[in-house]
Amino acid sequence: MRFNLLLAAVIAFVVLAAGSVILPDWAMFLFAMALAKGLVCLGIVGMMRGGVVSFGQGLYYCLGAYTATLVANNLGVSDIFLLTLLSSAVCLLVGMAFGPLLSSYRGIFFAMLSLALSMVLYGSLSKMSFIGGTDGLNIAAPTFLGWAPEGRPLQMALYIYVVAIVVIAGVLMRIYFDSERGLLTLATRDNELRVEYLGASVRNVMTYNYVFGAVLGGIGGTIAALALGHVDPEFAFWTTSGEFVFVAILAGSLSVPSVFVAAIILELVRSFSNLYFPNTWQLALGIFLLAVIVVLPKGLGSLVSRRKGSPA
Amino acid sequence: MNKAVLEVRDLQKTFGAVTAAQDISVTVPEGAVYSLIGSNGAGKTTFVNMVTGYIKPDSGLINFGNRNIAGMAPRQITRLGIHRSFQIAQLCAELTVEENMLVADAIHGHPGPSFLRRAHNAEARERALATLERFHIAEHRDRLVPELSGGVKKLLDIAMAMAGETQIMMLDEPTSGVAADEKFPIMDLVMDALRSAGVTVIFVEHDMDIVTRYSERVLAFYDGRIIADDAPGEVLSDPEVQRYVTGAPA
Ligand SMILES: Nc1ncnc2c1ncn2[C@@H]1O[C@H](COP(=O)(O)OP(=O)(O)OP(=O)(O)O)[C@@H](O)[C@H]1O
Ligand SMILES: [Mg+2]
Repeated sequence: MRFNLLLAAVIAFVVLAAGSVILPDWAMFLFAMALAKGLVCLGIVGMMRGGVVSFGQGLYYCLGAYTATLVANNLGVSDIFLLTLLSSAVCLLVGMAFGPLLSSYRGIFFAMLSLALSMVLYGSLSKMSFIGGTDGLNIAAPTFLGWAPEGRPLQMALYIYVVAIVVIAGVLMRIYFDSERGLLTLATRDNELRVEYLGASVRNVMTYNYVFGAVLGGIGGTIAALALGHVDPEFAFWTTSGEFVFVAILAGSLSVPSVFVAAIILELVRSFSNLYFPNTWQLALGIFLLAVIVVLPKGLGSLVSRRKGSPA
Repeated sequence: MNKAVLEVRDLQKTFGAVTAAQDISVTVPEGAVYSLIGSNGAGKTTFVNMVTGYIKPDSGLINFGNRNIAGMAPRQITRLGIHRSFQIAQLCAELTVEENMLVADAIHGHPGPSFLRRAHNAEARERALATLERFHIAEHRDRLVPELSGGVKKLLDIAMAMAGETQIMMLDEPTSGVAADEKFPIMDLVMDALRSAGVTVIFVEHDMDIVTRYSERVLAFYDGRIIADDAPGEVLSDPEVQRYVTGAPA
């Protein structure tokens, strides 16, 4: 029944995982970071389908990263699965606390409120010198169910781990987007009055999308922290959140893989233009985004999606 | 007369200086077809909005199924079985006709919309198609809402409102925005569907031919009050109604 999806997932995993053999170290790191951030962006895409954009996903990216780091440093947990599980649980709880509040806001109010929450975290972490303040904290290399690789094998393991998570999250979100609940989200963006008068709760729809975004943000942050070996309050800074929104808009909400493609494009553009035009790369990025919005208003995904008429 | 399905007592509603509802009391028996008439701004939509939860009355009771639903949220009232259509059809413009129907179907499915089940699953599509066929709009199923004619939009709006267990259907001007020659065919379709489902109907209408033909009883609104509540013939020959509502002797 879901044969095509399963096939696509297997192909995506094999192709991406092949990178662990082919890619040089620097590229593998870049891809791992891009995929981790892509998870955060996938959460934003989920909200965009309901008509709202969070400008504060750095909140969960940072929360996930710090949770993993603090647990690793203070409780001696190094297992990557356990760290991911714990930080996504924390983000789930925080998302469930803020979700109902944010779910009654739309448009610029939703964006600003989510941004404000992330900046509160940024400000607080910057002031907390006992956890590193603005310098942040280091986190040791993770272990994988007792296995403690080093050097290239560690990078490979981490990369394959993020690929696996990306494929699983991608499949789950695709299933959700195609589901009855997913259609309800599209209907909500279109006409909230109609949805309420059919007997469904618009707030409930919005809350779920927010909470899923929180969990994805937390997972992305955990992996990014482990890949970098370091976390700092910049994870929650508005420019970080802005990049996530950039990727989400670049990708559009039509296709899940395009989110990760967009995230990889951003990382590539960033590292190359940093190299060649160190001070103007944001300009290059801005022009690129402008071009996409003009040429492909529904994002990169519209190049591959069968649904032209409406967002899927 | 059947037992009452809806009992409205002394509803009041003001918007600033405007009195949109004043001492509104009505008893609607199960299975009846009521129409609401009145000039622009008389308070018809306000009445529908209060019964369906969009507007909370300042005071008064709305008894439905042994409970007072005044002030409940629209979705709770919908869940209890009072469904509505809108003066301006409320549809999802970026979805196809079929998908609009699937949304309605998913919300009313058991045990509620699923995170896993495909929205376009075969059974749901079959049910959606059956409903669209019943309203003679199946041929438009793959079209987007902005491409539809006024009549098709109205029918889709009503078809969506029919999803789930409907006990009372409130139709706010089902034939407004519909071409003149489509009005009667559309009313025939809608009333057949509603009657065969045993639904109590309350519809707002400006066209007196439609009022006479389809309703058993008429409520005439003027200035937020009900000035007549009787069979169509009686109401339309009432001098006060002729003066304030129909504007001419019937
Ligand atoms: N939400 C609102 N806020 C302020 N005034 C309102 C509101 N809704 C209705 N009114 C006012 O209440 C009065 C009754 O309006 P209502 O929409 O019920 O009239 P109606 O009988 O449905 O008229 P029409 O035939 O034009 O649809 C009008 O004077 C209207 O301006
Ligand atoms: Mg009206």
